[in-house]
Amino acid sequence: MKTAVVLLPGLNRDRDMIAAIEKVSGQPPLTVWQTDTEIPPVDLIVVPGGFSYGDYLRCGAIAARMPVMRAVAYHAARGVRVLGVCNGFQILLEAGLLPGALMRNASLKFVCREVKLEVANAQTVFTNRYTEGQIIRCPVAHHDGNYFADPEVLARLEDNRQVVFRYAEGTNPNGSINDIAGIVNEAGNVLGIMPHPENLIEDAHGGSDGRALFESVLEIAA
Amino acid sequence: MSIPNIPITDELVAAHGLKPDEYQRILDLIGREPSFTELGIFSAMWNEHCSYKSSKKWLRTLPTTGPRVIQGPGENAGVVDIGDGLAVVFKMESHNHPSYIEPYQGAATGVGGILRDVFTMGARPIAAMNALRFGEPDHPKTKHLVSGVVAGVGGYGNSFGVPTVGGEVEFDARYNGNCLVNAFAAGLAETNKIFYSKAEGVGLPVVYLGAKTGRDGVGGATMASAEFDDQIEEKRPTVQVGDPFTEKCLLEACLELMATGAVIAIQDMGAAGLTCSAVEMGAKGDLGIELDLDRVPVREEAMSAYEMMLSESQERMLMVLRPEKEAEAEAIFTKWGLDFAIVGKTTDDLRFRILHLGAEVANLPIKELGDEAPEYDRPWEAGEATAALAYEDVPRTPVHEALLKLLASPNLSSRRWVWEQYDTLIQGNSLQRPGGDAGVVRVDGHPTKALAFSCDVTPRYCESDPFEGGKQAVAECWRNLTAVGALPLAATDNLNFGNPERPEIMGQLVRAIQGIGEACRELDFPIVSGNVSLYNETNGRAIPPTPAIAGVGLLEDRSKMVRGGFAAEGERILLIGAPEGWGTHLGRSAYLREVHGLDIGPPPPVDLKKERIVGDFVRALIQHGAVTAVHDLSDGGLAVGLAEMAIASGIGCKINLPWLTDPLPIYFGEDQARYLVTISTFDENLLRDIGEEARELGFHAPWIGETGGDRLNLFGADAIPVADLIAAHESWFPQFMDG
Repeated sequence: MKTAVVLLPGLNRDRDMIAAIEKVSGQPPLTVWQTDTEIPPVDLIVVPGGFSYGDYLRCGAIAARMPVMRAVAYHAARGVRVLGVCNGFQILLEAGLLPGALMRNASLKFVCREVKLEVANAQTVFTNRYTEGQIIRCPVAHHDGNYFADPEVLARLEDNRQVVFRYAEGTNPNGSINDIAGIVNEAGNVLGIMPHPENLIEDAHGGSDGRALFESVLEIAA
Repeated sequence: MSIPNIPITDELVAAHGLKPDEYQRILDLIGREPSFTELGIFSAMWNEHCSYKSSKKWLRTLPTTGPRVIQGPGENAGVVDIGDGLAVVFKMESHNHPSYIEPYQGAATGVGGILRDVFTMGARPIAAMNALRFGEPDHPKTKHLVSGVVAGVGGYGNSFGVPTVGGEVEFDARYNGNCLVNAFAAGLAETNKIFYSKAEGVGLPVVYLGAKTGRDGVGGATMASAEFDDQIEEKRPTVQVGDPFTEKCLLEACLELMATGAVIAIQDMGAAGLTCSAVEMGAKGDLGIELDLDRVPVREEAMSAYEMMLSESQERMLMVLRPEKEAEAEAIFTKWGLDFAIVGKTTDDLRFRILHLGAEVANLPIKELGDEAPEYDRPWEAGEATAALAYEDVPRTPVHEALLKLLASPNLSSRRWVWEQYDTLIQGNSLQRPGGDAGVVRVDGHPTKALAFSCDVTPRYCESDPFEGGKQAVAECWRNLTAVGALPLAATDNLNFGNPERPEIMGQLVRAIQGIGEACRELDFPIVSGNVSLYNETNGRAIPPTPAIAGVGLLEDRSKMVRGGFAAEGERILLIGAPEGWGTHLGRSAYLREVHGLDIGPPPPVDLKKERIVGDFVRALIQHGAVTAVHDLSDGGLAVGLAEMAIASGIGCKINLPWLTDPLPIYFGEDQARYLVTISTFDENLLRDIGEEARELGFHAPWIGETGGDRLNLFGADAIPVADLIAAHESWFPQFMDG
């Protein structure tokens, strides 16, 4: 499986993401820059976390309008897997690749801590190495992770089983509606997730619960 | 816009923070009246913040060298060899005055400034810490300052992308009018790719990089070199505004540019902006500098030369580049959306010349501005020694009650509310996050090494005895690094004091530096960088002396690292380094202060020889994998140390006193050089060996109890459920800030 990581000024978990992909798959990903209009043929495109363009207008809003994101949308529409983590999730929302919005945390403060996630759907290409209902540990680090969607969109997400990860055991850190931590698009090839699985893949991280996400989407031989 | 013919009056000179004798020195030096711009330049270079004129004489007495030290004080940051071609680059710096005036931006730009100091030297920042001190919780400004400063530290560091791995937060009424924000950053570099500020070569281009120049922060360094009074709100425009996004781009662009070999010299624009960076590059390289301000990228119209030279706009750099690499350099900066402009050149005449709108607006001798700035030997007096405490001076409170009160006190309670607002995980290398003895970060790409970081000072000790307090700050930092298994390598100091023109304050500074020096020499822990913040006074009332020490330690094998929480049930607990009777010294203890509101008695003396022997012994135990958990004892003594180990693990313990005696000094005494360690019960020989070896080395290592159960069971005190300890420890901060 080939991977491309999108690089934008202000992203800062790109190095974490590149390291995680390389550690899990043994292969370093390609990188594409903000102004690239084409992305080489890959199986997975990742938009990592950070503060693209300082998050100055609205998180992800400027990034979503950069040339490289048109290329991401093009490939997403053709079934290429796309993973957006944290700021990457915000960018995918702003780019219209996923429904809903991420608002400022209910606490109005940045929060970095470990939470529990329930794997709400283990039948996606991103989660098939987990079991349905499995509770995993995962760190969060964000200021704007409070997921919101109107009742209609929310009902559709729930009915279609597009909610893939939920904050569990009372650990919702940001006030997200329905405890939503990660969603896929209707086709199931685009995942946006607020927590950081790339920061929990090895003993040095204090655990490896995030690893199965990469093993799933990169189809690493078990 | 030029400002011709502004007359230089006594008032104008005073408003620039220059004393009459200093102004006379200027007149003697240049043989004429300075222009307005020149007066601004002198004021920027000769203020306390930039020139260290009151402290230089004493700072020189600190040990700054060692076999691992590549660069000591005098550069943007200190550089220490960690082996295998790698170096750690670090410094701590204060942003006290601006943070009190405008807490969010003051703290944010403090973090930005220290990160820039580190990457200016070619190092990618890998860890940050911050030491914050605020007034009493009930003071009307305190909450506002805490919330603004913490948000500012987080807002900048999180966006820039460096993990915050440690720090301190303390409350004391003496900081009501002057909060302290001391920011530390460390980066990783290759030893043969370190970049310095000393310019070399005549006629080479001086290049301006980064963000544009605005009017923010004009006069900031001069403001930071004066006391506050009731007109403080008027100083708000002297505070800079930070842009972490630009700084992150600047980091990537600088590291890319350095890799091309284009950089001869580099200096970030911090305090006193363009003036200070240009003068330092020239003066260090024995070169003159000529700047043409018409080429400086600006974001405001009609800025005067004075404003441009004194602006403290953030995220800017000055470099001397190899002319043949200019195009390559410009392409890198354009890619990152940053300004790149050739604004001047190096010259051979040792003059600092400024051109603006075709006219020469300043022409000054560069050496006298920079490394030959005035220096004072200010009068100082040592304070009187505090009398030792008598038994009846210490009010009695039952141990369990006092312990719960300590754990829930403003100064000993959990700082989770603070550090959860900092990204502690980014970069994926954080092995120990805030809350333990030291933060630990894996050396990315190295198979075994990790670095440990800790920041410490106990101002109530320094207040009573600045010499012992200075020693203790160093010793505690060294001990915290040791407690995770690291070999302490070197430290940076951030000396926060009041007005040095008062002999009693100058005496605190002198004695603290002497204590720091003695401890650093004894512990082989040189000071490689640092910062002095004086004039922390409001309406004539000074802060307590606060010489913060931040240290860096090396774990050669990170798999040997230990943590502070109990590792398992049924393990033996040893108190290594205990004096006869385990604990004796209650003077200036947290028990007296937090439980009884008393700041009395002398601080605990620091026996540096013993500190060294005990620490080396504990580190050896850790490196041999002999111990399962280690925690150093400091504020609150044995009882708080045990409680913290229980809180971190959820495992209780039982402590047996082998004799009947006064429990207060045992449980709450703050004797130095002590560590709690646990060992597995199966290891009978180890227990015996530790005891024998300790005896031979001249200290005690008594076996004081066992881990297990869900209560903290101290002999002579009511047992406390661990859940109650956790509730007490975690409750204060959120209730204070959000309640």
